Parts: sequence; structure tokens; C-alpha cells
Amino acid sequence: MTTIDNGVNVQALLDAREALKGAPEAAQFTWRASAKWQNGVHSTVTIQSFHGLGQEQSHKSESVFTADHPEVFAAEDNGITPIEYLLVGLASCLTAGVASVAQNRGIQLRSVESTVEGNHDIRGILGADSDVRNGYNDIKVTFSIDADASKEDIEALVAQSQKRSAVFDALTNPTNVTVEVA
Amino acid sequence: MLERGEVANSWRRERWDSLRLLTPNWLSRLPGHRYRGPDPDGYMTMGEVVEFIERFATVTRAPIRTGTNVTSVRRTDDGYHVTTSHGDIGCRALVIASGACNRPTVPPFADAVPASVVQLTPFGYRGPAQLPDGGVLVVGASATGVQLAAELARSGRPVVLSVGEHVRLPRLYRGRDVLWWMDAAGVWDQRHDEIDDLTRARRLPSPQLAGTAKRRTLDLNALTAMGVELVGRWAAVRDGRALFSGGLRNVFSLADLKMRRLLDTFDEWARTHGRDAEVDPPERFAPTHVPESARWQLDLGSGEIRTIVWATGYRPDYGWLDVPVVDPKGRLRHEGGVVDSPGLYALGLPVLRRRKSTFIHGVEDDAREVIDHLTRHLAARR
Repeated sequence: MTTIDNGVNVQALLDAREALKGAPEAAQFTWRASAKWQNGVHSTVTIQSFHGLGQEQSHKSESVFTADHPEVFAAEDNGITPIEYLLVGLASCLTAGVASVAQNRGIQLRSVESTVEGNHDIRGILGADSDVRNGYNDIKVTFSIDADASKEDIEALVAQSQKRSAVFDALTNPTNVTVEVA
Repeated sequence: MLERGEVANSWRRERWDSLRLLTPNWLSRLPGHRYRGPDPDGYMTMGEVVEFIERFATVTRAPIRTGTNVTSVRRTDDGYHVTTSHGDIGCRALVIASGACNRPTVPPFADAVPASVVQLTPFGYRGPAQLPDGGVLVVGASATGVQLAAELARSGRPVVLSVGEHVRLPRLYRGRDVLWWMDAAGVWDQRHDEIDDLTRARRLPSPQLAGTAKRRTLDLNALTAMGVELVGRWAAVRDGRALFSGGLRNVFSLADLKMRRLLDTFDEWARTHGRDAEVDPPERFAPTHVPESARWQLDLGSGEIRTIVWATGYRPDYGWLDVPVVDPKGRLRHEGGVVDSPGLYALGLPVLRRRKSTFIHGVEDDAREVIDHLTRHLAARR
């Protein structure tokens, strides 16, 4: 078999899986974001530190995300809408999953592209109809993948990627959310 | 041999009335003992299974002490001390053959279900007549879940089936029972030390199969055609509402893809072993139909659902085993039935040594190898 390389260090992930089987406390991660109101519905969110493997960790550098709402919402559109950040998370998580699973299964990828569409009835957030929910009604992801593999193998990659996706799980299953005032 | 009740006790007392074996009669075989009736392709009723096992017990003159419940097993200097409801026994070696299905498992959020809804497990369920009229939520889509959902839908009740990861199989493939293929193509003989992810193989839910006279497939498409409503995996109860996963489509894809891969394996085997002529041409089945929009919540207090049937699996019960060989998840630590304590063995657990380990015909090869180890252990210590 020729060596394939999607740039994913699968061995490190498999080693981590083995190591963490016997050390569940090290597997407990806390991801953090800090938000600051700018003006109107415009805010900035910074992310750098997180906790995991039993200690404080840090990204190489701080990332700053700008969130706002579009002009059709009578806002200044300094950045994307918060609910669009969910699409960013879902698309990037599934894409990472496809690359990792492909690496593990010996499938060389040439290109992986996807479009994500979330259908949202905004009467919910506007309080115009109490039967309409605030969040997405449904989300559709469409992948176009060019790889050395059959159509079935590619479908299996995408299915396995969903099965192991943190964001797919977070969106499809309920999560307890606590919001407090410090 | 110690038996807490009668011979074939769990088949007598812990199964619902309509259940038949998933394996065809010709596959029900024990050493020197096989089905000799007129319907080799049929599936035994529970009464027939009990008779089959009783007859084997008689023919082999198995030294069985019935009505003898084991309440404790402790390690001693040269073996084990067994406390039973009929006195104590000392032994140098011991085989645990109590199986993996001693207790039904029910998720913790069952406690949050309103008291107005009746809850049953497969151990308490006998048939539709015992349920109140009205809707039923069946949780789990393994063999148990799909069979009970079908039976309850036929009784005229509205049925909602909560579906997580599952194993889809057709009853017949290319004109043969799908379990004929598992047997003939050698899938069932795959050994525990050849399987990539043994933990996963051991946790696999039972396939969506039923033993019926018409040998019909009982997959999710069949249930949808009967009017059963499919919802995602039940994730939580919040404010008296059941919340289901929105990932239903992917559990369908995973099961469809896995089934197709298995059928490919069968086709490949038939081709390379020159068996194509004796079976029908290859077939492929329609993908699992995705509902237009699956509900992801259900108000448990609305009266729509009167009964919940938990078909969420079983677990072994080792409460009587006072030897530290059970892992934090309640599973026995063993290597191919050789338990992590000298002279202690197990038989009849999922993929103990082979994929067929938990089937009636599957225990023979395992037993031979485990007993071989056991006799060597006894000889070495003499």
C-alpha cells in the first residue's frame, strides 16, 4: 500500500485514545470564550486558553471573533451572526472528521468541500409567533469529496465523521446550559 | 452444574410470549444434538427452545442441581468457595455461564418520566394485552425493539420507536436465511483475536431480525410501512418532555452502509467459493426511508404515550461474584473466556472467542477451548 497523507497524525490520536482509556480525568477538557459588548448588537469574542490533560493549555495565539447582525436586521454588519457561528463549527468539525477518518482508513483526499445551510424562521426570535422556535428548524450539509475511494467508501467517511463529531452531537442532542450573572 | 431455577430458566421466565429464536431450526445444534423436526427453516418458539434444551440435558445426563441459587463466590487458597441457597461447595475451577442478559438496562432519565406513563422492560412484557390502550413509545431498535414495536402496532396501538445505532439485516438474502450466510461465509467463525475493535464488537446490538413463519424482513422500512413513527435516540427528559436526537438520518446511513458491506462480503464469498449457482442473484435493498420531519420532542404528560417499553439492552449481574474481576462498567475481565483469576472461566458472553459465541450452536467451539485451558490448569496444579 502506498502511504497516504491527509496531514492528520492519526497515530497520535490512537495513542491518546489508548492512554485516556485508563485516565478519564485527563480527558476532561474545558473550552472557554470571553465576550465583550461593543455597541448595538456588535460584540467581540476572544479565545486563547483552555483546560485539558490535567492542566491549563493555550492556543499559539489569541483569536478574536466579531459577531454582529446584517443590515436587513437594522444592524451594522461588522461580522457574522451568532447563529452562523454554529455553521462554522459544524462545517469545520465534520471536515476535520472526514480528514481524520480518511487518514485512518488509508484514503487519500484530494479535495473536501461542503456547504452548510441552516433554515431559520426568525419569527421565533422576534416573538412574532410563540409556536416558532428560536433556533434552526433544520440544517443541511452537502459534501463534495474528491478522493481515491468508491462512492460508498466516501459515504462511509462522512457517516463516521458525523458519528464522532463534537459539534454534530452538540447540535443534535440537548445540552444543559447554565447562564448566571457574576 | 448449578441452576437457580429450572433447566432453560431464562427461556421460561424472562421472555415475552410471541418470541421465537432468531436462528433457524437447522442452526440450533448442540454437541450430538440437533433439530430433527419437519421444519428446518422455521424458528423455535420459547416452548420449543425449552424442550430442546431439556432434552439435551437429559440425553447428556448433565449433573444439574436445579433450584440452586449462587449467592457468593470467593477465592480460596486453591480454588473457590461457592455459597448457594442449598449449601456451600468448594471447587478448584469454576465456569461462569450465566450470560450477559441478566438485567434489562434502562437509562437514568427513566426516573424523570411522569408517573402517569406505565414503564415496562422486556423482562416484564408478555404481550400487547397487558398494556393500557393508547400510544406506546418503544425505546431501542435492536431485535427486541423492532419485534415489540411490530407486535404493538399490530395490536392497533399508535407506536413511536426511538432509534439509535442499530444493525440492519434482511431476513432472507439471495433466497437463503441471512444467518445461513453468516454461518457459511465464515463471518460467525471470526475469532476474538482477529477483530479490530473487540470492545465495539462485544457491544453490538442484536440485529433487526424476527423469526416468523413467513420469514419476513423486519427492518425500519417494514415498521414505517406498518405505521410505526420513527424518532431519534432518546437523549433526555426536560420539563416532562422526551427529547430525541436530531441525528436520525446518520444512524440510518451507518446501518445501511454496514449492511451493504456485509452483503458485499457474502457476494464475494459466493463468487470465490463457486456457490453462485445455488443461490439467487445478488440483491440490494432500498435505503432506510428518512421521515419528512422526525419529531425531536414529545410531551410525556399529554396522554399521547400511555406506555414506554424499554428495549435498551441488557447487562450481566455479577453481584454474587466476590472476586475482583469485574471492570467499572460491570463487565467481566477475561481473555477469550479465561478470567483474570486462576481457575475462573466464562462461556456464553458476546464474542467470547468468536462472533457466534452467544448463539446456541456457537458455544461448542468456545467450550472446547475454554475447557482445554481449564483441564491444563487443573493438571498443572496437581
